[in-house]
Amino acid sequence: MPRLTVGDLQKIKEKHKAEFTLREGGYRAKVTVHMGTCGIAAGAREVMTALLDEIANAGIDDVIVTTSGCAGLCAREPLATVEIINAPPVKYCDLNAEKIKEIFREHIMAGNPVEKYALVVGCETMY
Amino acid sequence: MLCAGTGCVASGTAKVKDALQKELEKRGLEKEIKIVLTGCNGYCAEGPVMAVYPDEIFYQKLTVEDVPKLVEEHFLKGRPYQKLMFKEPEKKTAIPMMKEIPFFKHQVLRVLRNKGLIDPEKIEEYISRDGYQAAAKALTQMTQEDIIKVIKDSGLRGRGGAGFPTGLKWDFASKVKSDIKYMLCNGDEGDPGAFMDRSVMESDPHSVIEGMIIGAKAIEAHSGYIYVRAEYPLAVKRLHLAIDQATEAGLLGKNILDTGFDFELEIYLGAGAFVCGEETALMRSIEGKRGMPRPRPPFPAHKGLWDKPSVLNNVETLAQIAPIILNGSEWYRSLGTEKSTGTKVFALTGAVNNVGLVEVPMGIPLRTIIYDIGGGIRKGRKFKAVQLGGPSGGCIPEHLLHTPVTYEDIVATGAIVGSGGMVVMDENTCMVGTAKFFLEFTTDESCGKCPPCRVGTKILMDMLTDITEGRGKESDIETLEDLGRDIIATSLCGLGQTAPNPILTTIKYFRDEYESHIKHKWCKAGVCRELTTFLIDEKLCKGCGACLRACPSKAITGEKKMPHKIIQDLCVHCRTCYDACKFKSIKILPAKFQGDPAELEAVLEKSKREAE
Repeated sequence: MPRLTVGDLQKIKEKHKAEFTLREGGYRAKVTVHMGTCGIAAGAREVMTALLDEIANAGIDDVIVTTSGCAGLCAREPLATVEIINAPPVKYCDLNAEKIKEIFREHIMAGNPVEKYALVVGCETMY
Repeated sequence: MLCAGTGCVASGTAKVKDALQKELEKRGLEKEIKIVLTGCNGYCAEGPVMAVYPDEIFYQKLTVEDVPKLVEEHFLKGRPYQKLMFKEPEKKTAIPMMKEIPFFKHQVLRVLRNKGLIDPEKIEEYISRDGYQAAAKALTQMTQEDIIKVIKDSGLRGRGGAGFPTGLKWDFASKVKSDIKYMLCNGDEGDPGAFMDRSVMESDPHSVIEGMIIGAKAIEAHSGYIYVRAEYPLAVKRLHLAIDQATEAGLLGKNILDTGFDFELEIYLGAGAFVCGEETALMRSIEGKRGMPRPRPPFPAHKGLWDKPSVLNNVETLAQIAPIILNGSEWYRSLGTEKSTGTKVFALTGAVNNVGLVEVPMGIPLRTIIYDIGGGIRKGRKFKAVQLGGPSGGCIPEHLLHTPVTYEDIVATGAIVGSGGMVVMDENTCMVGTAKFFLEFTTDESCGKCPPCRVGTKILMDMLTDITEGRGKESDIETLEDLGRDIIATSLCGLGQTAPNPILTTIKYFRDEYESHIKHKWCKAGVCRELTTFLIDEKLCKGCGACLRACPSKAITGEKKMPHKIIQDLCVHCRTCYDACKFKSIKILPAKFQGDPAELEAVLEKSKREAE
């Protein structure tokens, strides 16, 4: 990245929004696998690999897969957050490779959240 | 009810709130209409959203420009503002909302504002969530005094545990004249059961770096270190990556953001010695010497790292800085109490159902954290104590669970808020054993420089070992208290000055357990092996065989559906059978208790009377 000036910060923010948010970026879904120490220890890497395999097999390119840190509920790791365009994010817990494959088929592809694995819907309170 | 979920905040809740407030004031409606920030409503795609009560009208996609018209139509003319109105759809799934789950409902994220939202290995993602905006503001629009004033006014206090006002610390260092000053970050998190700082460094390393840049400007430092223990490999990796990316982007190093301000940042790996979390020891460790504290004064603000004026802040404290600079001190003070403002992150562990990392407004009662956020005690067991502040802290019993989490209220109980480790213990915990666990830790970690700590903790430790192994004397409790107070009064640094706290608080609140260990040679929780006899109450035993299968030393015999028996010579006092029994037929009795059922009744009766 080139050296930034104060004005560049806002530009990066807007560019990022344009590229990586669902509506502006032209994506349909975004999956965040939470990979803090707790998540990795509980098997988040296997979940990630399984998800990437599924996406490759399905040959789709409108789903963003990304990693992030601890989601807070360490006891229920591995956790992943699935966002589909125009719907609030859904957090899944106690995941493994099989469960994420099912979530991929049912939620990401067919648009129906998998209730039995879901922890919560919506996002956290801040401010 | 304006939504303050992460999604809505990202699309502009703060600006809409300010505009709404101003507009209501302009129209003289501020006394009649109250703006309340709420948890996520699940309409994140339509945010910011707002519900107006009592009419229950929902508005979506609010912008600052819409506010005057909305206020005029709805609040003045009393008719819904059609343009932004939407009907709350029927709930589509059975998955609960965040505001319906106590774990999420009671939390407010400030330090953890990017928790689970950004990829910590990509600086663009941090910038996309207003990252480095506060640093830019501090470097271009604020003087040293401005920054210090905002932080002072915010009431932010050191989150490492001692709770010293951060603004004051910066003020001291800024006033000292010196060619070289240092801005330091303490990531030497060492309390058993604590993982707040690790999580912040792992999931949002740039928030710490940004706080350091602002602090460096405030005290006029041009170089700094993050001291982090080598046992945190992922945190170290992500911090390194973050520093490299920030340096490449011109956010660290020479001429930051073309403002002419220089700040070089390095990581120093600690070897994991607990005492190196103490500020003077940490600085010696960075100097390449053995990490040992020295007497203060001089305080580090005058003579710190390499005898130059230095400020050392904890990871969580630094992660609080950027939002305060952006949103102001009033915003920060809007949560918490008068003297303990803002939010605090806790690592909630132990016997609770929801083990995890939580951030709550200060002033929230302990009970809410343990029973609502934590989801209560695992396996339906009874709560016994909550340990706050690690080896420097203390155990708080059930009858004090109403205590609000503020620096003052927690200190009044004998514990400390500490860095945020919160270990919950259930009825199966031995409090003498707990005190011994922490003393074992501090005895090991005492650096040995001053005798009260080096010798004193060892004596305390030996006495506790004697008590838990059946050699306790009647006078031991008083000796522990006396010696503990002496160690607190005479030790050189925080390690020794707080090491007896776990003993003193457990004696204060659980004296009966010490007495039972000493007088009756009886560890009622069944933890201290030498102070227990396990017996099966034949009246309650259904002969299910669960204990027999669980016993690792084959010490249990009995026919199916007939009362079982423990062969005392083979029993290793591991308590496995006690946990395996579904009928509570296994009794924990004093050491060397001879198995006579009649006597068993008498002892149980006696212990019941004693408890009463």
